Amino acid sequence: MNDLVAVVSIMAASIAVSFGAIGPALGQGRAVASALDAIARQPESAGTISRTLFVGLAMIETMAIYCLVIAILLLFANPFVK
Amino acid sequence: MIGSPLEGETLWQIGPVPISSAVVVTWVIMLVLVLGARLATARLALRPSRRQAALELLVDTLDTQIRETMQADPAPYRALIGTLFVYVLVANWSSLVPGVEPPTARLETDAALAGIVFAATIVYGLRVHGVRGYLASFAEPGLLMVPLNLVEQITRIFSLMVRLFGNVVAGVFVVGIALSLAGLFVPIPFMALELLIGAIQAYIFSVLAMVFIGAAVYQEPAAAAGHEPSSPTNRREHP
Repeated sequence: MNDLVAVVSIMAASIAVSFGAIGPALGQGRAVASALDAIARQPESAGTISRTLFVGLAMIETMAIYCLVIAILLLFANPFVK
Repeated sequence: MIGSPLEGETLWQIGPVPISSAVVVTWVIMLVLVLGARLATARLALRPSRRQAALELLVDTLDTQIRETMQADPAPYRALIGTLFVYVLVANWSSLVPGVEPPTARLETDAALAGIVFAATIVYGLRVHGVRGYLASFAEPGLLMVPLNLVEQITRIFSLMVRLFGNVVAGVFVVGIALSLAGLFVPIPFMALELLIGAIQAYIFSVLAMVFIGAAVYQEPAAAAGHEPSSPTNRREHP
């Protein structure tokens, strides 16, 4: 029975990371594309745009990091495995 | 590091206090930074030497970043933000030293750093607005927003902690796995990528600290007459 919990935990960890990376990847791609578009239109405001872009990317990336932390919890601090 | 990132190994014990390797690395980094700062600012002259010019360039860049992000005088925040940036940068890059694991790959270090930012937002907010003004700023758009603003204070600090932890741990894991799969030269590109990510994370950590503190000390543009409210995106960031 305990083996089943371990198998399910490892599966869940890999599924969490793999599917959790899809959304932030799409979001970051859109954000970078829009920022490049904006810089191409207004090169003089590149500094402000790239700073805001970095902060926004960090915010988007947090979702993937949450998935990673859940995977780490499942692998190393699983509450269901004694 | 292939073991659990959530429990640190204990090196030795001082009384009831276990000393983990992250604490030792942190103290070594602190020692290096303090001694380096003392040595670098030992002989400041009006006509700067090369070293002093480089330092002034660094501080000037920091000031520009703070001024543009917070739209305030950088002097009260320079020490805190600069120390956060330099410490996180050196801690992330300390994984280059063989056998050393970056202390930011431990949740406790990141929790302490995020706690410092949390305390700084409250202290600077109280100092600028006073107790009444700071408490009133929680009901900013309307009284209905008070619970949301309170929750936001906690969640954004939590995400600040988890972001740094997750990025550094992911890098350490990737380098460790590459090292265990193929020996000699394979991990080098991953380590180079780790350098880049470490620098970006240090930058993001300090920029977010600036944004949070800037949101706490933000005053209505009416207070600064003739100063148009530029770039409102920097003011209220939601995690």
